[in-house]
Amino acid sequence: MVSTLTTPQTPATANPMLHLQGLDVYYGESHILRQVDLTILPGQMVCLIGRNGVGKTTLLKSVMGLLQPRQGNIFYQGQSIVRRSPDQRAKLGIGYVPQGREIIPRLTVQENLQLGREAQRERKGGDRFDEMMDLFPALKDLLQRMGGDLSGGQQQQLAIARALMGRPSLLMLDEPTEGIQPSIILEIEAAVRRTIETTGISVLLVEQHLHFVQQADRYYAMQRGGIVASGSTEELSQDIIQEFLSV
Amino acid sequence: MSLFASSLFDGISIGAVLLMSALGLSIVFGLMGVINLAHGEMMMLGAYTTYVVQNGAKALGGGLWLNLYIFPALVLAFVVAALVGLFLERNIIRLLYGRPLETLLATWGVSLILRQFVRSVSWGFVAGLVIFAVLFWGGRWVLQRFRPGGLGRMHQGAIALITLLSIGISVTAGYGLTGLGETSFWGKLWFSARNVDVTPPGWLQGGLSLGTVTLPYARLFIISLMVVCLVGIYWFLQRSPWGLRIRAVTQNRQMSACLGIPTDRVDALAFALGSGLAGVAGCAVTLLGSVGPNLGSNYIVDAFMVVVVGGVGQLLGSIVAAMGIGITSYLIGSGTLGFVLSNMGASFLQPVIDILDFFATSSMAKVMIFALIIGFLQIRPAGLFPQQGRSVDV
Ligand SMILES: Nc1ncnc2c1ncn2[C@@H]1O[C@H](COP(=O)(O)OP(=O)(O)OP(=O)(O)O)[C@@H](O)[C@H]1O
Ligand SMILES: [Mg+2]
Repeated sequence: MVSTLTTPQTPATANPMLHLQGLDVYYGESHILRQVDLTILPGQMVCLIGRNGVGKTTLLKSVMGLLQPRQGNIFYQGQSIVRRSPDQRAKLGIGYVPQGREIIPRLTVQENLQLGREAQRERKGGDRFDEMMDLFPALKDLLQRMGGDLSGGQQQQLAIARALMGRPSLLMLDEPTEGIQPSIILEIEAAVRRTIETTGISVLLVEQHLHFVQQADRYYAMQRGGIVASGSTEELSQDIIQEFLSV
Repeated sequence: MSLFASSLFDGISIGAVLLMSALGLSIVFGLMGVINLAHGEMMMLGAYTTYVVQNGAKALGGGLWLNLYIFPALVLAFVVAALVGLFLERNIIRLLYGRPLETLLATWGVSLILRQFVRSVSWGFVAGLVIFAVLFWGGRWVLQRFRPGGLGRMHQGAIALITLLSIGISVTAGYGLTGLGETSFWGKLWFSARNVDVTPPGWLQGGLSLGTVTLPYARLFIISLMVVCLVGIYWFLQRSPWGLRIRAVTQNRQMSACLGIPTDRVDALAFALGSGLAGVAGCAVTLLGSVGPNLGSNYIVDAFMVVVVGGVGQLLGSIVAAMGIGITSYLIGSGTLGFVLSNMGASFLQPVIDILDFFATSSMAKVMIFALIIGFLQIRPAGLFPQQGRSVDV
């Protein structure tokens, strides 16, 4: 059992991109998230790890506004967003790539990407369509296909491209490599890394894949709905890997 | 044969009306899972709007106005029905989201209220409504604005008091005004409880003669109107940004919200649009017959059948279903089918003809259509054109 419970070090200079404070989330009467604290700094990539069913997806859904916390607060760029609806949060700059991808099935790939534009705050930021075609060349030939007819890997790339179309400041990825063949995993990894380098956005990643986890700056480890360990990914010990990742 | 052809044509125009009102039902049901039992009353409102516009045209001196009133009437029918639909969605349906049974009951209640409204509306009645609205919402606004800190339970009490007072005052005022009598300004009914008649513009009376068959212009107009509505809706859903949003929310509400689509505004817009289309259908119906408070209920069941048979959110399916139901019920209900068959003189068809004659009233035709639809749904439970392929979400 690892118990290196550390409170995140927040430099007084920077407003954190995202700050969760004592978050308690329930599904009906079952208590899922327990007193979760988590901080992501601007430009930081943070990885959330933990076994199946510990509440990682629940945490992302709470940040997105799909679930209401019973206690605690969520600060995004210094501003509390718990009372905001999901569409308002998206417009504030939170991009979400959910587990299972949730591509709108009977819309074309082009239309799915078009929907990604909804969240874009400043229209003057320019359109990202061409950038996305460079980032995921595989999508270029699929534009007129129905989203629901794509393969899992293609859907995952589309889901990421769709989220990036909205020019988010914080991108949340829920197990983007789940059920996807290794060569595509590497492509997705490279695309995410490239996006971080070129745009400087923050990323909150839920991941089981060790190689991808190691791309992150920090990790938070979850167990039974609480954060039980966190630190720099460079010091990810074999113990923690054994405990929290299914490798 | 010419009887058959002209009946077929009449059936198509009935199908056109059904389609216009079913489109709205189908969009709303697909998007929100709401079955709006007040949808027929949106048609009724459209029809009464047409009646009012026509009277306005008469007051303006007839002539050109009486020939052209149908166009402003179409627009106004759409606007009036859409606004009432919007009000309904914002104030009732949205509060019952995710509770289909309660929604069903509430919209049924609304349909009864709207029917009674057109029966008893007069200036005194309207004055009562306005007084109520001003007192109730004004009072709540004042309470909200100048609420002394921490009224707590007193706040509930104050709201109850405002409600009671505004009901009391407005009911008294309304009764007092309408009590001035049928002939006074305040008491005179806008529409009588009986049906009213709209005269079609001159250029829509008469018909186009093709050999022995005459196609009434009014029905040709309705069919063209349907084509315009259909093309408009198709364009709106497939090509416009709001259409894309409606389609996205229909398929995946949560994810659409996560992408930044304001789902409540999408709901309101779609509901207003669907109601507006029903209003247009109601305007079209005035060309076929008289206008009464129960006008909507004559069409609403068939419109629901169109949605069921055609499949929710399926444009092509809805077209085929509307035409099928419109034509079949007209051919059977008017007795044309039996008549045509008996003229063919084939004696072995006699039992069929007897059956058709038995169903040859409009209500019996409905029974037969129901039976046919139930049989059809046994074979194709998902409607005429079920979704196929990977993108089906079961
Ligand atoms: N809709 C729901 N209703 C009730 N309980 C739920 C619901 N969704 C998830 N749970 C429960 O909440 C807990 C956390 O679920 P969550 O999906 O957040 O896990 P996870 O960490 O994302 O797991 P995985 O790695 O398998 O995706 C689980 O025990 C699950 O059974
Ligand atoms: Mg999960």
